[in-house]
Amino acid sequence: MGERAPLWAVLVLPALLVGVALVTAGFDALLAAGARYGRPGSLREAAVRAAEPGRQVLRQLVQQPRRTRASDLPLARIGAALLPVAAVLAAVVLPLGFRSVSDLPEGIVWFNAMEALAWAAVWLAGWGPNSTLSLIGGYRFLAQGLTYELPHMLAITTAALGAESLRVGQVVDAQAGLWFVVWMPVAFGIYLLSAMAMAFWGPFDQPAGGDVAGGAGGELSGADRVLFLGGRWLLLVVAAAFSVPLFLGGGHGPLLPGWAWTVLKTAAVLAFLVGVRRAIPTVRTERYLELAWVVLTPLAIVQALVVAVVVLNR
Amino acid sequence: MDVAVFWVLAVLAVVCGVMVFRFDSMARATFSLLASLLCVGGLVVLLGLDYLGIVIVLMMTIEMAIMAVFMVMYMMNPAGLMPMTMIHNKKGAAVVCGLVFALLAAGILLAPWPARRGRAPADPTMELGMSLMGPQMLTMMTLGMALFATIVATVVLATRRGRYDRFGDDLRARRADDPVRGGVGR
Repeated sequence: MGERAPLWAVLVLPALLVGVALVTAGFDALLAAGARYGRPGSLREAAVRAAEPGRQVLRQLVQQPRRTRASDLPLARIGAALLPVAAVLAAVVLPLGFRSVSDLPEGIVWFNAMEALAWAAVWLAGWGPNSTLSLIGGYRFLAQGLTYELPHMLAITTAALGAESLRVGQVVDAQAGLWFVVWMPVAFGIYLLSAMAMAFWGPFDQPAGGDVAGGAGGELSGADRVLFLGGRWLLLVVAAAFSVPLFLGGGHGPLLPGWAWTVLKTAAVLAFLVGVRRAIPTVRTERYLELAWVVLTPLAIVQALVVAVVVLNR
Repeated sequence: MDVAVFWVLAVLAVVCGVMVFRFDSMARATFSLLASLLCVGGLVVLLGLDYLGIVIVLMMTIEMAIMAVFMVMYMMNPAGLMPMTMIHNKKGAAVVCGLVFALLAAGILLAPWPARRGRAPADPTMELGMSLMGPQMLTMMTLGMALFATIVATVVLATRRGRYDRFGDDLRARRADDPVRGGVGR
């Protein structure tokens, strides 16, 4: 069972998440620059390339914000601000090692509910500026949400089923001997897919696609843009990190302390997700919809059935 | 602390609920309703029913996000982009609302509320499941699957394009002829 973290963890959590997100964004920028200009010549050049996201944040913050005509500014702002808030709230149940800020008895449902807030956030950010392309981005995200949510829910339910608890700490405990990924590989795969879709990332970046000029966040500028795009990175980090307590054994591992294992595993998952984006082109939502309903949902149900039978026979 | 949280959430829920009828934008009205429902979810959590409260937050967020799309889509004015109002038949609605409010308030004040017996269970989620389903869990799961299959079957029967459109009159076509390309097997 997860222990309670001290109260200052509440303040450290957002800072830690932002730090991890910046490092991940830096890694991604390094890969992007590498693909564009070839390998970095020196360590110094690599560092300059990796610092690009940080520079962009500073530039956005001092830039003159753009306003669209007849925009619904409060709604756009709420949308942009809600995205990072939802990500941080979802991270409340994330254990670092064996400690989370709050090991709620219904942690898994809580995580799911908070990531659902992102649906509202992205749609609001797309609707607010009164611009067609951003609105299309918002609609695309909702359509994408409908495609990934059902297999996603089944996948995280499978992990809860295997541990016979909705408490994230107990899900980690149940993996002391054997990681869930070993006997729930299908659920893990589906979870990784939906983790990318949740942050409209990788092959699922259609809501923010180049064909709609950046989509949902396309019209945002200044601090709103930093919040929205930063929130997207936070969502990616949180979604990737949550796969560790769900399927990869959380802090369990030999030699190293629990928190180190959590960090290592999270870094591995994040590196994988960042790499996948470079390897696989964007998937259109309606194509993924068919795959999600015709293939992934039945697979997830069968996986849940297998786990249920194993649990009943224990 | 609990009392303060209760009043903040309760007042916010009512204010957001009122604002649903004051806003002249479909999007604002929808998300005002969502904010109100999220406050209600918080109140349920405050009652100690964490699971129910969090599920309310989860379901209502998804539902309202989807509803925003449909409401904007089906508004009488183009795409719901013109100023609108949620209030129709003002007098009749006011009378009905007044009556319902009076009825509910009278119910709250007049009902003999039972005092708490026993102590709160250690795992309210488990108790909730047991009292809702009891030993009928398997029945309910089977029923749920049957209902789901019925929904899918209904959609399949109601869709304009059937398998003969997709695979030809003798169902021999190797590739389905669909208006949207892509997906499984194509």
